[in-house]
Amino acid sequence: MSRTFVGMPKFPVAAKQALANPQLRRNLNHATHTIRAKRGRVVGEVADWEELRHQGAEAKDRVLAHLDTYLLELEEKLTAAGATVHWARDAAEANRIVVSLVQATGSEEVVKVKSMATQEIDLNGALEAAGIRAWETDLAELIVQLGDDLPSHILVPAIHRNRSEVREIFLRQMAGVGRAAPEDLTDEPSRLAEAARLHLREKFLRAKVAVSGANFAVAETGTLVVVESEGNGRMCLTLPETLISVVGIEKLVPTWDDLSVFMRLLPRSSTGERMNPYTSMWTGVTEGDGPQDVHVVLVDNGRTNVLADVVGRQALRCIRCSACLNVCPVYERVGGHAYGSVYPGPIGAVLVPQLKGLTGPLEQSLPYASSLCGACFDVCPVRIEIPELLVHLRAAVVDQHRGGLPSGEALAMRTMAWTFDRAPRLEKAQNLATGVGRLLGDRHRLGRLPWPASAWSTARDAPAPPKQTFRQWWDETHGEQR
Amino acid sequence: MKVALFATCFNDTMWPGTPRAVVVLLERLGCEVEFPTAQTCCGQVFTNTGYAAEAVPLVRSFVDVFSSYDHVVVPSGSCTGSIRQQHRGLAERAGDPGLERAVTEVTPRVHELSEFLVDVLGVTDVGAYFPHRVTYHPTCHSLRMIRVGERPLQLLRAVRGIDLVELPAAEECCGFGGTFAMKNADVSVAMGFDKARHVKETGAEVVVAGDNSCLAHIGGLLSRERAGVQTLHLAEVLASTEEHPWTPEHSPRTQRSESNAAVHGRVRPRTPRSGESVSAPGGAEALS
Repeated sequence: MSRTFVGMPKFPVAAKQALANPQLRRNLNHATHTIRAKRGRVVGEVADWEELRHQGAEAKDRVLAHLDTYLLELEEKLTAAGATVHWARDAAEANRIVVSLVQATGSEEVVKVKSMATQEIDLNGALEAAGIRAWETDLAELIVQLGDDLPSHILVPAIHRNRSEVREIFLRQMAGVGRAAPEDLTDEPSRLAEAARLHLREKFLRAKVAVSGANFAVAETGTLVVVESEGNGRMCLTLPETLISVVGIEKLVPTWDDLSVFMRLLPRSSTGERMNPYTSMWTGVTEGDGPQDVHVVLVDNGRTNVLADVVGRQALRCIRCSACLNVCPVYERVGGHAYGSVYPGPIGAVLVPQLKGLTGPLEQSLPYASSLCGACFDVCPVRIEIPELLVHLRAAVVDQHRGGLPSGEALAMRTMAWTFDRAPRLEKAQNLATGVGRLLGDRHRLGRLPWPASAWSTARDAPAPPKQTFRQWWDETHGEQR
Repeated sequence: MKVALFATCFNDTMWPGTPRAVVVLLERLGCEVEFPTAQTCCGQVFTNTGYAAEAVPLVRSFVDVFSSYDHVVVPSGSCTGSIRQQHRGLAERAGDPGLERAVTEVTPRVHELSEFLVDVLGVTDVGAYFPHRVTYHPTCHSLRMIRVGERPLQLLRAVRGIDLVELPAAEECCGFGGTFAMKNADVSVAMGFDKARHVKETGAEVVVAGDNSCLAHIGGLLSRERAGVQTLHLAEVLASTEEHPWTPEHSPRTQRSESNAAVHGRVRPRTPRSGESVSAPGGAEALS
């Protein structure tokens, strides 16, 4: 029942399908505008917010500049505290490690804390292939898992669902995998939450193994931090005997002082809350308290490639708050699935092509999935220049295609560039345009045009070219000045 | 004050009324406007589509054409943004430290129109008259790339006769986005529909912005819907005076005949009197 994003169509195709779904548009519009407004209110309360953003960016840049040092420090501190550290080059290696750790416990199921890293490596798929059931315990992840669906948002993976859809999913699916939803379930949020709570409680109390990610890993003490809102994380992190945490190597912060900056930035940016409800921190094994078998799997999976790009590496500052998704006009209209990856929205459009490389049509289309409006940068708590990165990646896409037979677009661009290179060439081209303008007479708007202009004119009129360009007017009125 | 006009390729070719209005406006305010005819394009369309290598010669040409001027005025937030925030990176990418230096040197002297009027000339009342219901769309690159802030609204509020109404969700992108409008046409149009709807909600006759590219997209949608709302560049509102008012019938956008005197006149503009105050709002006296 685990679906993955492999083989998704490229963005414009997927976006068109999403746009055709009015229910999805309504759900997304409502949800993104609600979170956006909430974030705006609580960020507005912080007088030194801009300074905090700078501090967050600087702390992450320090980590990235000295990643080798901090990673070894983390490993040393974790090991001293009784945890076992594993290193995984890629998704396959990380999955092998986790699967064999679970198998060693003899357990055939795990409870999961919401984790982007495990989504990224499709751990659930790997566990399922090994005959191990992975139970998502975050409410929205549960909705996605029960609905055999894909996550569409980093923070609220079921943002594309409204409550009546959630009710249907619970009624239809819960019974097959545990405690059934009550037959008289309504779509009241409190009733839905209660059904999920009862369903999940069985799993929390039974589980011997939990799998989590981590929002932060503090190098100076070897402490992992999970930030969540529902208490499901706290259950997973304290009740089972074995705890396996899959952590991207960029999740490091050097010190607790640095962590305090992020604990102020993250809740306000992500959920629009002043303070995070459940913050769990653990440092290896505490004897007689909580999991006694603690593992940390440090995952690269493309991150060191991102690090190698001096412009692109700032994407690794990301703390997965999803403020950029909530404010993005493109995301708001097409939702997360169109991005074809677990990381949707503006950050996904810059992160996924870098983590995976510009390997296929999807990855090559993602840097273009933006109008470059810049709203994402303004809300990013760690000041990732997403528009600049998108443009940087677009250049990489184009450069990758140089050398072979040029596409229509490349030919058009080269012709235009050649024309613009010298003013007299531009003037000749303009003469063609004004010639058309004169032929069109009084028409000043053009309706439907043939391909490729049809991409514009299907829904939009195009302006007719004027009869006189500006430079022709200038020449007539001011020409003798020159 | 001597000012070089960078008309931008799009305005020069498709929306000549806008740079004409800039000339009229700046001359009215006492500036000596020059249009260096060797200018072409800032290269943004290439840069933002990924054709960085194709944009580099245009960066070179821009600094060649404009490096000798103290002030360069651009009637486009987007092109100003490209010059200010992308040219240096393109020079760096081309591995040309000389070009990098030249870009760094010229860039601070490049101003978007509202920046030039408010910051350099120090005027907000430019003596304009525009008796129409207007709403202002702050284009993304004006707002978030070069951060013109309140400047265009300060200028519009000082226009006599104007009925300026706030645009709902004004700060949201209209969906143009350069080649995004073609590459992701469906999303672009979905975004544009919402912008057009908000424009119609204001009951405005005219939607004004500092970028004709965004206006072409918004206007294209409004025109297809026969919404009866005109689009107009900020410069054309500011160029309109009681003596030579802008009228929908005589808009350089809707009628390209040679009648409208102020913006469209084939008349020879007067030379500014020496010592004429550039900050005097009384610049309402138009050329004739």
